[in-house]
Amino acid sequence: MDSVLIPAGVKRCSLKAFLLWTLPWLGLLAWGGVSAFLCLFKGLNQTNMTDYFAFALWIVFDLSVIALGAGAFFTGFLTYIIGRKELKDIINIAVIIGFICYSGAVAMLGIDIGQPIRGWFIFWHANVHSMLTEVSFCITCYLVVLIIEYLPIIFANRKLDEVPDFHLFGNNLHRIMAVFAATGVFLSFFHQGSLGGMYGVMYARPFAFREGFYVWPWTFFLFILSAIASGPSFLILCTKLIQGITRKKLVPDKAFQTLAKISGWLLTAYIILKIADTIGWIYGVVPKAGMTFWDFFSQGPYGVWLLLCEIIVFGIIPAVILLNPKARQHQGWLIVGCLMNCTGIILNRFVLTVVTLAIPVMPFDKFVSYLPTWQEWGISMALIGFGVLVVSLSYRYLPVFPKEAELNPAVQ
Amino acid sequence: MKKGHDQVKHKYGMVIDLDKCTGCGTCMIACAAENNVSVRPDESDKQRSIAWMLLYNINNGKEFPDAETSYFPRPCMHCDDNPPCVSVCPATATKIDHNTGIVSQIYSRCIGCRYCIAACPYHARTFNWWDGYFPKDKGLDRYLSPEVSPRMRGVVEKCTFCHHRLMKAKDQAYAEGRKELKEGEYTTACSEACPVQAISFGDLNDPSHKVSRLSKSPNAFRILEKLGTSPKVYYLSVKDWVRKMADNYLPGEFKPVSKVSASAAKKSTLQGG
Repeated sequence: MDSVLIPAGVKRCSLKAFLLWTLPWLGLLAWGGVSAFLCLFKGLNQTNMTDYFAFALWIVFDLSVIALGAGAFFTGFLTYIIGRKELKDIINIAVIIGFICYSGAVAMLGIDIGQPIRGWFIFWHANVHSMLTEVSFCITCYLVVLIIEYLPIIFANRKLDEVPDFHLFGNNLHRIMAVFAATGVFLSFFHQGSLGGMYGVMYARPFAFREGFYVWPWTFFLFILSAIASGPSFLILCTKLIQGITRKKLVPDKAFQTLAKISGWLLTAYIILKIADTIGWIYGVVPKAGMTFWDFFSQGPYGVWLLLCEIIVFGIIPAVILLNPKARQHQGWLIVGCLMNCTGIILNRFVLTVVTLAIPVMPFDKFVSYLPTWQEWGISMALIGFGVLVVSLSYRYLPVFPKEAELNPAVQ
Repeated sequence: MKKGHDQVKHKYGMVIDLDKCTGCGTCMIACAAENNVSVRPDESDKQRSIAWMLLYNINNGKEFPDAETSYFPRPCMHCDDNPPCVSVCPATATKIDHNTGIVSQIYSRCIGCRYCIAACPYHARTFNWWDGYFPKDKGLDRYLSPEVSPRMRGVVEKCTFCHHRLMKAKDQAYAEGRKELKEGEYTTACSEACPVQAISFGDLNDPSHKVSRLSKSPNAFRILEKLGTSPKVYYLSVKDWVRKMADNYLPGEFKPVSKVSASAAKKSTLQGG
């Protein structure tokens, strides 16, 4: 029924099977829709956030997807600016994943603020000293860039391509894609950094506070580095997952190997700097605040195991796996390495958000705990549902993988 | 018009004598009534209660007969120079007035991102998780002060040092042809209501004001001074364990008040001699 929309030379499942596949993801979207309605209509009392946990699950999700979505701008940088031609085979899916991550994060932030209708005040009454202002400006601009980068992929649809204006517009956009890739790199550099800076500048929260360079705390640079270290790994994971589900080879191994190697080197650099930053924090910020290292890791479930997991288990180990050519050429190890890398970055965002707020600063204050409500989970899960649906629709109707026909001659 | 304005830089602040405080909570009630602080039918969830002035009960952790207890009344600290909440607000909804030192909150501009709550280590900022609750059938609406705007759901609020009282006092002084306020003309609801006069309020920059003198007492201290927030709320206590509770100290770092007093006395004797 929809065969005229399916790219030429490739095979897709029946429409019925496709619709069945979308059902669970539509279910997640519906769950998110109900949750969003409740939060917008009744207010944020629908969550379990409190005046202690001002930031919670949504912010952890936001920070994580924005870090993992960094594969879009970084792969764009490697493809169009550095000229790694093998990555042209994976750039489309990188853009789509980036679009999902950023649009999802912006939508979640829209629900997370207490007065969503006033969201534009950030731009109108902008406080140039606030890292959150920088985040908002750069994320919004970068989302526009991602939409522009996504448009030529949409216009490449068989039916849309028949419309001369769309064809021309899509082709012209393709030609100047390097300009958007460069803009994306510039914007991403600042919003990834300022997301880290948001925590580093909180000088009255010694767990998060960091010294730094000029107006940027060290977390600014660590966030950029960790995002470009994990983004390519996430891209590998998503593409491998699509390959697994579709049971097709969609991207040549060379692209995976390039991304995995770069991811490994960047993760190594990040972990070295993260260790240096932690040591600097232990001997600088912590004693200055009159506290010891153990004061931060002796309350509630947030023990020193979190730090060890972040640096050793989900830092050093995946870096070793991804740096070792033999290990990363092995499909299983490649997936394990990428998965651990991404887990480490999610853990880092969790620790900086939740543990920062959970550890009391006033000596007579107490530790409080937090567990998200189903509404908070609903909105977070909707992002996953939205992502799978966008990828599924894109894969079905758009020529996302340029080498698909070539790599799967049998199905032709 | 500008000529008539007071051009002096004030630094309004508070000194709370913890050794006088009985923990009666009158300051909290007076503050809530003065500033239209909303309540919920069920106030058991204290992590979501709105309290501009909050009482923290502390104890020395010892058993009877050595057990002692005290209270930390905690308004907004109105941190000086660079308050942790002000620089982080993306929509410039919170500002410090360098002519008064008061950190204000613009409710109609706040977008409710709660970044300021995360940045404040004193938990002096609270979010409106629900709509304001002033039911007419219970007569609560009749107690609303027309001088303070009630807050809507989804915005952050905090102690303003009863800023509207400053405006009122200034209007009064202006009407009387004065540029400057006399001590006591502008005071907060909590300091006015305290039955044991544990809370003093005034201009820390004016040496003739009581708060200015008290803040220089060897027994004066502030909460979390080490973080560099420069609070304008000072506390007084001669008890070492109470003073120690106000900040985090590494072993051997805390200086007992008796030693401070002794060294200060020695210093003044030496200077005098």
